Amino acid sequence: MSAWRRLHVVVWKAPGLLASRRVTEQLTWPRGHLALCQSLSTGRPLRNDFIKDLEAQLAAMRKKAADALPGSSWSPFEINPNLPPERADIVIVGGGVIGWSIAYWLKEKERVPKGVKVIVVEKDPTYSKASTVLSVGGIRQQFSLPENIQLSLASAQFMRNINVHLGVLNEDPVDLQFNHSGYLFLASEDVAHIMEENYKTQSSLGAKVSLLSPAQLKEKFPWVNTDDVALASYGLENEGWFDPWTLLNAFKRKAISMGVIQCFGEVTDFKYTVNVLKSPDGEFLGCRRIKSVKVQMPNSLEYQPVQCAIVVNAAGAFSAKLTEMLGIGSGPKGSISDIPLPVEPRKRFVYVVHCPDGPGLDSPMLIDYSGIYFRREGLGGNYIAGASPVEAEEPDTSNLEVDHQFFEDKVWPSLAHRVPAFENLKVTGAWAGYYDYNTLDQNGIIGVHPLITNMYFATGFSGHGLQHSPAVGRAVAELILDGNFTTLDLQEFGFTRILDKEPMLERNIV
Amino acid sequence: MAALFSSLHRCCQRLALLRVARQLSSSSSVSRPPLHRRLLRFLTQRFYDVEELLEWSVRMKKEGIQKKNAYYGFTEQFYGSDIAAGHFVLNMRGGFRYTGQTDWFRANQRGKFNWDFLTYKDTPLEEVDMSYTVINYRGLDNLVGQQSLKTLSLRGCPEVDDWFLGRLHVFQNCLEELDISHCPQITTGGLAALRNLKGLRRLDVSSLPGISCPGLVIILLEEMLPHCQITATGYDHNLKQQDAEKM
Repeated sequence: MSAWRRLHVVVWKAPGLLASRRVTEQLTWPRGHLALCQSLSTGRPLRNDFIKDLEAQLAAMRKKAADALPGSSWSPFEINPNLPPERADIVIVGGGVIGWSIAYWLKEKERVPKGVKVIVVEKDPTYSKASTVLSVGGIRQQFSLPENIQLSLASAQFMRNINVHLGVLNEDPVDLQFNHSGYLFLASEDVAHIMEENYKTQSSLGAKVSLLSPAQLKEKFPWVNTDDVALASYGLENEGWFDPWTLLNAFKRKAISMGVIQCFGEVTDFKYTVNVLKSPDGEFLGCRRIKSVKVQMPNSLEYQPVQCAIVVNAAGAFSAKLTEMLGIGSGPKGSISDIPLPVEPRKRFVYVVHCPDGPGLDSPMLIDYSGIYFRREGLGGNYIAGASPVEAEEPDTSNLEVDHQFFEDKVWPSLAHRVPAFENLKVTGAWAGYYDYNTLDQNGIIGVHPLITNMYFATGFSGHGLQHSPAVGRAVAELILDGNFTTLDLQEFGFTRILDKEPMLERNIV
Repeated sequence: MAALFSSLHRCCQRLALLRVARQLSSSSSVSRPPLHRRLLRFLTQRFYDVEELLEWSVRMKKEGIQKKNAYYGFTEQFYGSDIAAGHFVLNMRGGFRYTGQTDWFRANQRGKFNWDFLTYKDTPLEEVDMSYTVINYRGLDNLVGQQSLKTLSLRGCPEVDDWFLGRLHVFQNCLEELDISHCPQITTGGLAALRNLKGLRRLDVSSLPGISCPGLVIILLEEMLPHCQITATGYDHNLKQQDAEKM
């Protein structure tokens, strides 16, 4: 009440301040009049200047006073408007598609409006090195782990109803530019039995996949060389590719419309407390609890510590950097804190080729057992192709330079062998992007680290983060707001497997 | 005083000119939304209540469509999947023809239909006409069991999208005729999904506003479905333009 009264007092005083202008005018006017009459006097102009100065200063004072009134954004210190707020409930580190999806689902699931204050911190406003926008943008159900298949199915369902989820009133509907062209996996004699097993798992979970014999394959796709193919599996529904940038922006637009705060800056440090607990085995564990996140503004020394309750690590390829800041991976030998987050950036090349005689509108995303893949890009005879290098020949990840020799040596021979039409093609472009590569088992890590009580992880998806992003965002939001997974059980993707060093590998034909 | 008037006059003139220019530009490019739509937009930008109400009405509209496309599980349990499918079609104000029959069952303008279709037990549908109905992906559940469906017309269905076309693979062994003309939501990405319908004999893709460069797309479609006769009218203007460019 007293504060309210004080505010009233200020408001009452304010007209006084503003009214003083009229008073000064009254004071100056007769003098000006006099000045006109006695223009020959030498002292007058000086005094006139003085009064003009005074007037200007008074005007400035009045302006400052008006600014200081409640309701104006003025403050005695200059503040960068791009700085994040000082306090938030949840800070999501990483503004890629996973980060924005988590932000959207947190807002979607909150019980009361403005129930959680969510900030998304992204270090690169242009997204020039973001894995999301540099990906090929495919979605498939042809995995071997039931969790991955379910994630894909849920994401496909989300994309089908994308305008129900991500439509904003009075804005254009989202057009993902989804190409329903399917995935075609080709297996050789050695790996055909794996493909059959995968097919059974996929069908039992409701994915629409069909197996093709080489003869059927030749009939369906006459342009494929089926010489050394023993079996092919072909997705009928919910498979294809889409525009990653549209999905990212749709998530972002919807989340911002629901009240998520976007902030550009890099997380450079954490302030945290350590509680030392003794485990039943007699081991001392340092449990960290993050108190605040230091957000460094881009291209400046300015930073802002953001106090928060929960941090979400969705930094993709660079998420291991964040855990390093918390002392994970540098503990005493043999302890839990000695195990680093097994996620590192890996560079992958994507080549755009032009081939006028290549496969037509029906060409699916083809993945060969030799490791190469290609898909159609647009209608003008352009294709996107690439391959994963072997472990020993991983390219340097310090920059995003493209190695064109890799295409000549590794991609083209296999590509031309599989589709003879690709023997005459022309590379028209190429780019490189980062995978958030999980070195343990190439699968995502979703859950809480046992030693960091309030950091949730959604990282390490090793190339299928984009296609799983809608379902992963929902799972992480459930984990944060409900305390456990309610729709899809992703317990298997937790940290237990990493601490036990028990990889949960995809049984792929590649 | 005169100067003031003249400047006011000039101002008015400019305003009038601006208005004319705006009208001209609006008529040449995308047509402006009607007055009530604009008024609502204006109000939503200023009042949360109006925004909430509008969002609610949009949601109700979508839910209504979903409800109409619900799965007829109860009917299926009592009468079998064929009659359930038929009932769904008639309730959507469409029409169908049973296998081996010549007469069609159709809903009239007011949605009333003849209940005699209940007498044909275990007779699958052969032709289904869903033109100008609000059938969507969810409603397709009711037709999936019809494995002898030969003709499906989806002319002018506003809710038929690429995902719907992607799911037509369930009829890959039987469907011979498909009409998807005048569907506003269909794009090139969805037409690629028709590759699974290898038995297709006739396909109508006329007047799809969602596809860019229709000339090329139709050539690619013909290449993809070599045994299929593709009808594509309503693109005359674009085709002529491309011809002119070539010449």
